[in-house]
Formats: sequence, structure tokens, C-alpha cells
Amino acid sequence: MTGMAPDAVPRELADTSVASIAPDLVKLDVQSLDFFYGKTHALKDVSLGVAGNAVTALIGPSGCGKSTLLRTLNRMYALYPGQKATGKIILDGEDILRPGVDLSMLRAKVGMVFQKPTPFPMSIHDNVAFGVRLYENLSKADMDARVEESLRRAALWDEVKDKLHSSGLGLSGGQQQRLCVARCIAVRPEILLLDEPTSALDPISSAKLEETVTQLKADYTIVIVTHNLGQAARLSDYTGFMYLGELVEFGETGGIFTKPVTNRASDYITGRFG
Amino acid sequence: MEHTVRAYDAELDTITSELARMGGLAEAEVADAIRAIANRDLALAAAVISRDARLDALETDIEQKAIRLIALRQPVADDLRRIVAAMKISSNLERCGDLAKNIAKRALVITEGDPITPLTASIERMGELVTTRLKEVLDALASREVDRAVAVWMNDHEVDEHYEAIFRELLTYMMGDPRMIASCAHLLFVAKNLERIGDHATNIAEILHYEITGAAMLEQRPKTDSLEPQ
Repeated sequence: MTGMAPDAVPRELADTSVASIAPDLVKLDVQSLDFFYGKTHALKDVSLGVAGNAVTALIGPSGCGKSTLLRTLNRMYALYPGQKATGKIILDGEDILRPGVDLSMLRAKVGMVFQKPTPFPMSIHDNVAFGVRLYENLSKADMDARVEESLRRAALWDEVKDKLHSSGLGLSGGQQQRLCVARCIAVRPEILLLDEPTSALDPISSAKLEETVTQLKADYTIVIVTHNLGQAARLSDYTGFMYLGELVEFGETGGIFTKPVTNRASDYITGRFG
Repeated sequence: MEHTVRAYDAELDTITSELARMGGLAEAEVADAIRAIANRDLALAAAVISRDARLDALETDIEQKAIRLIALRQPVADDLRRIVAAMKISSNLERCGDLAKNIAKRALVITEGDPITPLTASIERMGELVTTRLKEVLDALASREVDRAVAVWMNDHEVDEHYEAIFRELLTYMMGDPRMIASCAHLLFVAKNLERIGDHATNIAEILHYEITGAAMLEQRPKTDSLEPQ
């Protein structure tokens, strides 16, 4: 007889647990990343491998650093004042934090879709073609083909093929968000960053966007920040739970949602936090 | 720690307390069915048979509450394991009740014949062992002690050994006196039912282990011991 009191049931006691991903699967390798906004230490020694052709979800309460982490992956943070990142983010053997990295080329390689749809005030066709024109000089026929391919991949083509020259602002919120995905993938990035892409969408539009992301996984590496735990569970292959700038737990999504190994991740996903 | 939404805790606790009630009832059903055989108590056998409906109703109730909770709360991690475990354990307890009811029905038939005391005494000993195992695993469930569940699971072979012994004992009696074949055949089924109740106790131990640790019990089973009777 061990006579353990009910409270002493072996609750998982790990403080942090970051699973490593087989090196040949890693597309983007974040190594000992620290990030500061002025005096605020927003990311604390974060290391994780982002697997290629997979969806990695970042979850955690507001202010935990998940959006900051997302924004370091294409150096979007360079737009903020007083910021400083230390550590390494290796993409295809190259550290993207190194000074002298061509930010415009980096962002063509690492595309981003934001919380609220941000279509440009121009036609659906031009919205998709806009980014491509910055990087490539295509003939009209080639550009039309690229626009169609991008809209098809974003699962929007059938809904807009007859009104490509009407304004992108006339689409519904969910369609606008998929238009932004199409605009993003038209420049043929390798990595897609999604920052709460469905938080402003209704359930059906969210489901369509989730289906789009699942389809895109075959060709892209996707990192998604979401407050919707069900979405992280449905959509992602790997999940990272962040808290106060720290990556507390990272591993396969199926494991995190059935058997988290840290108390903080367990309390958060079961709704016992704070 | 409590959930931020406290109604969620209340719903989970309701399922847990209903499961505890079901465990108590199932345990009493098994114990009383064995006593009905041993004491040739017809009234007790009839009571066991009629009480089984309460276990069936509780199982249905737990299942409905669990389905509702899954639909409305989308439980994950330890909450999800707790709810799935409650559904599976309640179905094991319901089966224990069915088997006890079947033993009670046979008690009615056996009591019509002449007493065969040495045999019913063997059955009673096996019954006590099985009841103890069921009680142990239900205590482990109530106190959420994974070590006690593992202990029940590790001692599964004791019941099997009893069953084998009773099987041989009954064969000997049947060969010795063909007039005893009917009663002995019933007792053989009683022994088989007890053995299966023991299996349900083992199942519950496995489910409880998964619920608490998130890992299957198989990972811990010592590979060297063969528990199968030859």
C-alpha cells in the first residue's frame, strides 16, 4: 500500500517540455531566441524546430509572446521601435536575424496573413497580382495563370472567377481573408505565417479557411497563432504553448491535447488558467 | 485547480459521483449473488435480479451526461480522459451487474436441487476473491490511487487459477455422479461469470491507469511472467 492522498496523484510535474523534431524535417530552426521591446523581455530563450510541410500552432494567453515570435520569423518586428532580437533563426541554412539580410526577399519567402483581412482597394485580380509584380515580370497570360492558380489554392477561385475585376473590398470577410492568403501565396513563399486568421470570421468561413490551410500544407510550411484551442487541435501537427515569453511546452498536437506534460499547458488547455 | 467556468467542474463531479454510486451498487450485486448461492437464499437472489435495472439506468445516465459534456464543453487532456474513462468504466460495471444477475438466476435453479456444499464453498471462496478485487479497484477509483489499480491488475492470475481449480473439481463431481450434472453445469457458468467479473475489474484498473497517467498499462507489464493458465 502506498497510501497516497488523492491530492498526491502523480500529476505531471515537468516545468517545461520542448520536443525536438528530427533535423531532416525542420524547415525553420529557432535557436535561443530572445526578444526585447525596449526594456520588455518579450521572448525568453525560445528554441523550437518548425517542421516543413506541416502546420505548427502557437497558443497561449494574450501577451505571452506568440505573435512576437511569429513576427520574428519574417522580421516584421523591424518595424517596431527599440526592438532587439538575439539568437538565431535558421532558414535553409541561413540565419535570417543576421544584419544585411534582404528583408524584401525574406518576406517573399515568408508570407504573412493578419488577424483582420487586409485587401487592397483594387480588383480581386490586382490584389493577387500586386505582390507578384514587385518580384517578377510576367506576361499577361502568365500573370492570369498565376492569379488563377493562387485563387484556386486559396479555395476562392470558384467563388470569384466571374468577378475578377470587381473590387476585393466587395467580398465577404471570409472571402477577403482567403484573398489575402491567395495574395500571399501568389509570390510563391515557402513559409506561411498566419496571425489569428479566423478571429474575425464566422464559423463557416473559418472552416473554409481551415480547409484551405490543410490543403496548403502539402506545399508550404505553416505557422499559425490562434486563440481558438479547437482550431489549433483540428488544424495543426505540432503545438507550442507559450506563457510570459517562454515556450513552456512544444510537441505533437495529438499529445498536447490528450496528455500534456506540463502543468501550465494542462491548466491552460483545460480552462483552469489563472 | 478549478476550471474558470465553475459549472464545468460541477458537471464533471456529477458524473464522478454517479460512477461511484454505480460502483457501490455493482459491488453489492456481485456480493449478494454469491451469498444467494452459498446460503440458498431465494429472496436475496430475486432482489439481485430486480436491482440490476438500476445499474442499467445509471449507465445510460452517465453515458448521456458524458456525451452532453463532450458536445458542450469540448474537454481535452485530463478532463477528456476522465470523461472517456467514466463512460468505459460504467459500461464495465453494467456488465458486472448483468453477470451478477445471471449468477442470481442460477442460484434460483441450483437451490431447487440438493445442497452440494463442498462445491458451493469453492464458489464462495472464488466469489470473495473476485468481490475483493472489484472493491479494491473501486477504492482505487474513489481515491484515484494508480498504484492500487496496478496491484489489482498484477494479481489477475489469482482469479484464473481459482477458475481452473473449480473447473477440475466440477468435472470430477460430474463424472462421479451424473445426477449432479445439471447443478454442476450451472455452477460452472457461475464460476465463469465470476472469472469475467474479475476481468472487468482488471479492465477498470487499466482504464483508471490511463485516466490518471495518460499511458496504457501495457507499457508497465513485466514481460517475463506469463499469466495464462497452461
